[in-house]
Amino acid sequence: MSLAVRVIPCLDVAGGRVVKGVNFENLRDAGDPVELAALYGEQGADEITFLDVTATVDERATMYDVVSKTAEQVFIPLTVGGGVRSNDDVARLLASGADKVGVNSAAIARPGLIDEIADRFGAQVLVLSLDVKRSERTPSGFVVTTHGGRRETDLDALAWAREAIERGTGELLVNSIDADGTKDGFDLELVRAMRELSSVPVIASGGAGTARHFAEAVAAGADAVLAASVFHLKEMTVAEVKDELRKDGVTVR
Amino acid sequence: MTGRPSVAVLEYGSGNVHSAVKALERAGAEVTLTSDRATIMAADGLLVPGVGAFDAVMTQLRAVRGDELIDRRLAGGRPVLGICVGMQVMFGNGIERGVETEGLGEWPGTVELLEADVVPHMGWNTIDSPVDSVLFDGLHDERFYFVHSYAAREWEMDDDGRRAHPIVTWATHGEPFIAAVENGPLSATQFHPEKSGEAGIRLLSNWIGSLR
Repeated sequence: MSLAVRVIPCLDVAGGRVVKGVNFENLRDAGDPVELAALYGEQGADEITFLDVTATVDERATMYDVVSKTAEQVFIPLTVGGGVRSNDDVARLLASGADKVGVNSAAIARPGLIDEIADRFGAQVLVLSLDVKRSERTPSGFVVTTHGGRRETDLDALAWAREAIERGTGELLVNSIDADGTKDGFDLELVRAMRELSSVPVIASGGAGTARHFAEAVAAGADAVLAASVFHLKEMTVAEVKDELRKDGVTVR
Repeated sequence: MTGRPSVAVLEYGSGNVHSAVKALERAGAEVTLTSDRATIMAADGLLVPGVGAFDAVMTQLRAVRGDELIDRRLAGGRPVLGICVGMQVMFGNGIERGVETEGLGEWPGTVELLEADVVPHMGWNTIDSPVDSVLFDGLHDERFYFVHSYAAREWEMDDDGRRAHPIVTWATHGEPFIAAVENGPLSATQFHPEKSGEAGIRLLSNWIGSLR
């Protein structure tokens, strides 16, 4: 009897469609976001994450519409990330039906944004999304990147996570750019390092190829596991991932 | 009476009310999202949602005179359901991010930071509900979705034996805390029934079924 480990399908959305590419490049169509979210809900998904991967001004309205339509038929938590720059953006997403918002590059550019969101909406609404790459330039060996991994910042990933938690981040979405799209498994060393420093839940992301990979990430300390293409391409279902976790004695819903 | 019971969802600028409205409709209610006094007083049930910091929620609630509306309904024995921070504000006060704020004081007690290794308490957890609970009828073994850092950790109301005995449901994250209360016309859940899948819809349906 305890909190269940969460399995979270992630839907990268561009122009109202779910898209998927390797290392954020060569995007291709993977279906209708509302239909996919409903399907995953039936499979036992514990939350759904939408990532607005284009986040152009024109497409913002489309994203609100996707969230709103999903919230009308899928009664599980929805997180929306991508292009969140202000409290007004957060308020609009929450009003559309989102429960949590993911913040990434805007917080890197202006860390005070984290405090502002936490003060108004509470820390539990704020997921700090980190696109992390291995690097010799930072003390921990992990650097924060932006633009889907194409640009390295000067931020040490562990130091940035620590600062963001102090400022009021409620959860860390830790995505390994090195592992993303490879299907070779999560970066377990990164998951372990984040779990060790973090007082908030850690979601492991990037690299899932088999159900076993999810179990490895949970064993490394992840409170939740997130993946996109393995679910969209029907290589496995959410239910199969949970069966694999149960074999390890992990509590799932 | 025929037709679906009417539920007013209190609109006061707090968080995700869209899901609450849709979930209540799915659960069988005729739903209006409003801060209009007459509509709220006339509804069979009032749902008080709440996302955000205790202090911010209290300020927004007072701005639409939600505190008065809740008091008025309860004084007349008219049902009210609080969800998440909408439950927390029913207590005497809240201490959040170093700020102490007076709540609605429907129940004595303080809402404080949960002591656990990982906070916020985020995800699907089990609950420990008494058998005579109306809300959890048929749902005692289900999991519900929690997302919060603060909670009431003690039930401090005296049972004077003259009124109906409050039904208090507990959950544990690091330490035991109050997951739900059923106290005459006033009910509340710390978790989000509108985000708890089929179990959550059933809980809302149980509440709606009790409205008239």
